[in-house]
Amino acid sequence: MAAVTQDTAVSTGRITRTFIYVVLIVFALFYLLPLYVMGVNSVKPLAEITGGNMMALPQTWTIEPWLSAWSTAQIGVEPTGLKPYFLNSLLMVVPAVAISTVVGALNGYVLTKWRFRGDTWVFGLMLFSCFIPFQIVLIPMAVVLGKLGLAGSVPGLVLVHVVYGIGFTTLYYRNYYAAFPTELVRAAMMDGAGFFQIFWRIMLPVSGPITVVSVIWQFTNIWNDFLFGASFGGTSQPMTVALNNLVQSSTGVKEYNVHFAGAILAALPTLFVYIVAGRYFVRGLMAGSVKG
Amino acid sequence: MGFLDIKNVTKSYGPVEVLHRVDIAVQEGEFLVLVGPSGCGKSTLLNMIAGLEGISGGDIAIKGRVINGVHPSKRNIAMVFQSYALYPNMTVGQNITFGLEMHGTPKPERDRALADVAKLLQIDHLLDRKPGQLSGGQRQRVAMGRALVRNPDVFLFDEPLSNLDAKLRVDMRTEIKKLHQKLKTTIVYVTHDQIEAMTLSTRIAVMNKGFVQQLGTPKEIYDTPANLFVATFMGSPAMNIVPATVEMQDGAPHARITDAEGAPRLLRFSQANLAGWAGKDILLGIRPEAITDPEGADRKSSNIQSFANRVTVTEPAGSDTFVTMTISGKDAIARMRADATVAPGEVFDFAINMEKAVAFDPATEERIPA
Ligand SMILES: Nc1ncnc2c1ncn2[C@@H]1O[C@H](COP(=O)(O)OP(=O)(O)OP(=O)(O)O)[C@@H](O)[C@H]1O
Ligand SMILES: [Mg+2]
Repeated sequence: MAAVTQDTAVSTGRITRTFIYVVLIVFALFYLLPLYVMGVNSVKPLAEITGGNMMALPQTWTIEPWLSAWSTAQIGVEPTGLKPYFLNSLLMVVPAVAISTVVGALNGYVLTKWRFRGDTWVFGLMLFSCFIPFQIVLIPMAVVLGKLGLAGSVPGLVLVHVVYGIGFTTLYYRNYYAAFPTELVRAAMMDGAGFFQIFWRIMLPVSGPITVVSVIWQFTNIWNDFLFGASFGGTSQPMTVALNNLVQSSTGVKEYNVHFAGAILAALPTLFVYIVAGRYFVRGLMAGSVKG
Repeated sequence: MGFLDIKNVTKSYGPVEVLHRVDIAVQEGEFLVLVGPSGCGKSTLLNMIAGLEGISGGDIAIKGRVINGVHPSKRNIAMVFQSYALYPNMTVGQNITFGLEMHGTPKPERDRALADVAKLLQIDHLLDRKPGQLSGGQRQRVAMGRALVRNPDVFLFDEPLSNLDAKLRVDMRTEIKKLHQKLKTTIVYVTHDQIEAMTLSTRIAVMNKGFVQQLGTPKEIYDTPANLFVATFMGSPAMNIVPATVEMQDGAPHARITDAEGAPRLLRFSQANLAGWAGKDILLGIRPEAITDPEGADRKSSNIQSFANRVTVTEPAGSDTFVTMTISGKDAIARMRADATVAPGEVFDFAINMEKAVAFDPATEERIPA
């Protein structure tokens, strides 16, 4: 009896499973298509592309477009390639991610384990910042940056992204720490640990999954941001803005192969972060909601 | 003045007062158990002693020093939490010595203290494991080790055994008792299990709705409960409470009750002063073990009354047989020897030890003093 039901369960399972896999593969191919186009065209001479062979593999393989995109291509008026902007982006993204994550963790810790009168209001207001569109804050932000003397600099961009990111990172850590047993904090208090010792020795060591979430989220958002970079970047514009300038440059012929190479270069760091930390990402997203 | 003084302590959350004027003086080396139903304020009181909750009114003092505003870590108190609260990222050894480390104890001294405690609790072989790799009983030991290593003035336990299975709970209960007999540290222990309270304590505070109902030795609590709540809360099965009227006969007060058929019966009280209640209604309290078969009756008692009554249900429980009958319209339970031959539906000749009977004022629910 039991064997019979199991048998049918397996065979119906096989049919649906095949169907699901076919659908998934079709979608995966569909989504991978642009990457394929970018990939093959970034290693072709321009003539092959303008000859109308977008989909074909290159007849002559070349890394020339990559080298050009990296160090010699015309960005705006300077033939610098994307290299200096890549550096700008790195200098912006690393401190911005680090600071916003640490502040978010501290906020989450205070909001759950050192509760004070009106803490839910504070959290509510911070959450509110997640829903404010970028465009609204452009002008006030410009004024503030000007007053601080940070306009058009990398530290200015770091500040902007930290301020904008804290709402999200606080949300992540607050929800994660809400499920963290308060008895542990009390035990540590009785053991004589102070505010930062509890944070450092008790909370942070078990915050791995949510830190991965926060870092991935912040990294992709800050790295991919265009609006703030274009508005406040000044002379230290990030990669995204430079890529736009590369692609939009109006002089001479459009070097599609260089554009493709540049676009992949701009996407590589986020890709890298996802591959390294991605498998913790889903785990961390679930951690706050499901205990155990 | 005691070792740990809880003087007139109240606790309010906003307008709601959850603890009302609690007054307990704990002597050095005492094992005080706070027992009561869920939500009666046991944990709140314990957390106030620990310094994890503020004190709304009154004082708490240790060795005569008022500690109301003192930080938890500076009260020289250690606590074992219900969930054990072991730090998941640290090894057992690190868990136990964390408090010493935070108090700036040098490493060699910490290691020595750890070795002592590990030996005492027989957890030497577990020191390098993480809490996640331990069984419930082992975690319990580690949690106690963490408290012990600090050599505190007072130990606090908040329902430390409630996460263990029945067998282990009994073992650990014995272990805690042994530990207390050996170390003689002052302990305040919270539980809602009245058997734990009876077996472990030197004194019990029975709490209900934020009031201490009675404070006394296990024997006092059991034999002379202050009121109906204490009488029915402590003891399993609970004390039988049946309505009765006090009637004088031959110059002695008797309890007039009815048997299963509704026929009136008289049971002579041992307490002569109940004569003052002649003609009045009372509530008669008799523990199940005070109603037995005649052979099983307490030989030392000077007041065994025989009482024939019809049996409704028998429940053999291995060591004892519980027999249910009707007295004054209420169900009453008798605790008989396992080999007593009782059958449901039959009339059986019970023996009631009236020396152990207590009487309550139905209006105030207080015990009428003997
Ligand atoms: N933060 C709070 N705000 C308001 N009321 C509270 C708060 N904490 C506890 N209480 C109330 O105080 C009372 C006592 O709670 P407490 O936790 O001390 O009960 P307990 O005796 O330990 O119960 P249990 O056996 O279930 O652990 C309860 O009625 C509870 O609802
Ligand atoms: Mg409790």
